[in-house]
Amino acid sequence: MSITQTSDAPPSRKSPFPKAAAKIATSFVVILTTLLGLMMITFTVGRMVPADPVIAVIGDQADQATYDRVYKEMGLDRPIYVQFGNYLSDVVHLDFGQSIITKQAVSKDLARVFPATIELATLATIIGAGLGIPLGVVAAVRKGTWVDHLARVVGLLGYSTPIFWLGTVVILVFYAYLGAIPPGGRVYLYDEGIVQARTNFILIDSALGGHWNVFWSAVHHIIAPAVILGYASMAYLSRMTRSFMLEQLRHEYILTARAKGLGQRPIIWRHAFRNIRVQLLTVIALAYCGLLDGTVLIETVFAWPGLGSYLTSALFFADMNAVLGSVLLIGIISIAINLLSDIVYRFIDPRTR
Amino acid sequence: MAKSGTFSNLHDWLISEDFTSSRQARLHSVYLGWRSLIANPLAFAGFAIVLLLIIVAALAPVIAVHDPFAQDFLKALQAPSAAHWFGTDEFGRDVFSRLVYGARTTLYITILVTIIVAPIGFVIGATAGYLGGWVDVVLMRITDIFLSFPSLVLALAFSAALGPGIENAVIAIALTVWPPIARLARAETLTFRHADFVIAAELQGAGTGRILLRHIVPLCAPSIIVRLTLNMSSIILTAAGLGFLGLGAQPPMAEWGAMAASGRQYLLDAWWLTTVPGIAILTVSLAFNLLGDGLRDIMDPRNG
Repeated sequence: MSITQTSDAPPSRKSPFPKAAAKIATSFVVILTTLLGLMMITFTVGRMVPADPVIAVIGDQADQATYDRVYKEMGLDRPIYVQFGNYLSDVVHLDFGQSIITKQAVSKDLARVFPATIELATLATIIGAGLGIPLGVVAAVRKGTWVDHLARVVGLLGYSTPIFWLGTVVILVFYAYLGAIPPGGRVYLYDEGIVQARTNFILIDSALGGHWNVFWSAVHHIIAPAVILGYASMAYLSRMTRSFMLEQLRHEYILTARAKGLGQRPIIWRHAFRNIRVQLLTVIALAYCGLLDGTVLIETVFAWPGLGSYLTSALFFADMNAVLGSVLLIGIISIAINLLSDIVYRFIDPRTR
Repeated sequence: MAKSGTFSNLHDWLISEDFTSSRQARLHSVYLGWRSLIANPLAFAGFAIVLLLIIVAALAPVIAVHDPFAQDFLKALQAPSAAHWFGTDEFGRDVFSRLVYGARTTLYITILVTIIVAPIGFVIGATAGYLGGWVDVVLMRITDIFLSFPSLVLALAFSAALGPGIENAVIAIALTVWPPIARLARAETLTFRHADFVIAAELQGAGTGRILLRHIVPLCAPSIIVRLTLNMSSIILTAAGLGFLGLGAQPPMAEWGAMAASGRQYLLDAWWLTTVPGIAILTVSLAFNLLGDGLRDIMDPRNG
């Protein structure tokens, strides 16, 4: 790569950037193989289904000649690696086949439902990070006090609670008994179709269009699922923040800062916390990917019209194209988020160059 | 405190550090570990709940006061009472008895998945770490590919393809649980890879298999056991999630996730149908987390 290099010295001594670029290039290769592996898994899963894919297309009333013709058309008589190649080219062209339920291209369905999931997961991450990180910092600083124990209990409960059950209980209490939240959905029925879809994020679209009643309707609907998901990521983030902070507070530079007479607040936020920001970024990315898991269940509970609801209803009707399309999309998003945090990590933290 | 003579003798023998046999040394460390486990109230609570789960699962026919499968539509959706402690479900089945039998399902899935993933994860991770080179690259690439999926989504895809059912749920969950074990086993192996005792064994002519089994396994075991215990909590949650979506154990089998799901239709009339199994899942999953945390403090303090 670095042809200009003439001496034997490692490139990092001269300029850190070619090495950083090489590392990013390597991680792109890694990403490509991961994507390939991802598709290999979804392809294999698609082949494991006992249902005959030809029958799914032509129905069970067709004659043998039609069956043979379609069998050939679908490329099922070709060797398996050719079939995998065809699958790859379909995926690259964003062709995941047709959904049995909606009778539409799966890619079109995904484009419709995905923003709802991103909206929910993003809000949940904001809630989780906004509460979890300060909680973790305080727990580390006041290690062994009641705040620390509270953080520990919150964390353990967050790890152990079945999220679909928590959602159901919240509906029972806050909808059925208190009437404080709607039972599910994204906006009230009478608010539907008012807002012009620009970004497909209903909170942004309604605010842009000035439809404030729709905006509040959407807030009303998103708050319960977002808080529940946010709680799950708060549990994780507070625990990780706590252990990162404890690690930093042990260092000698903290002792030096104390000896210089620096106050507690600048030591914590300007010294220790500054040093864990990069690690936190990675953990937040992981928490976000974990939320994609949680949304599948919570969307089902709250009838949230996102990827999770789409995936579960596809499961019920054995709509394999839709299932595999959704699973692949979630896998790709996870990889993309991790890649992004990796790149940002390399640019923020000079030690990794 | 008037302790009986034999017990105090046993206690002295166990805590004495003048070992006369390797058996005494081994029992000594187990005994000390046990004492620090019961000294930690949270870890002990976790241990007690797990023990209770095992007892309930083993003695289910004795503990369950009703037949968990017996339907009686005249008794459908009855609120908790003296006869039916946790009420009855939409088919008039006793929720308490189904909860007791559900402990069997939960334990069955958890144990089976753990038995499957422990050796697979260990062999893949330790082989990658010990052999290094392209074996390491290939094996870890495969591990990362599996890790890049959120676990429930991957389990959903596999159970959708394999079809619903408890065995398929076990396979689907196992496929998502092994990668972190493999990563951990690799990291542990790397720390011992160039230790003198490994090189000594190599010089004596020990093969790869022998070195992995006799020298690496015992040293990796503590952190892997801790990880497996903590994993049991997520296995339980994933299994319950699959059951909730109708992909796990099939009716009429009692499974907590599926019980909570069927209760959602009657949420407003029969709160106990959803609430009770959910609390059971929460309790057991919390117990494995507490026990795992406690075990880590004892067995694997480096990673605490």
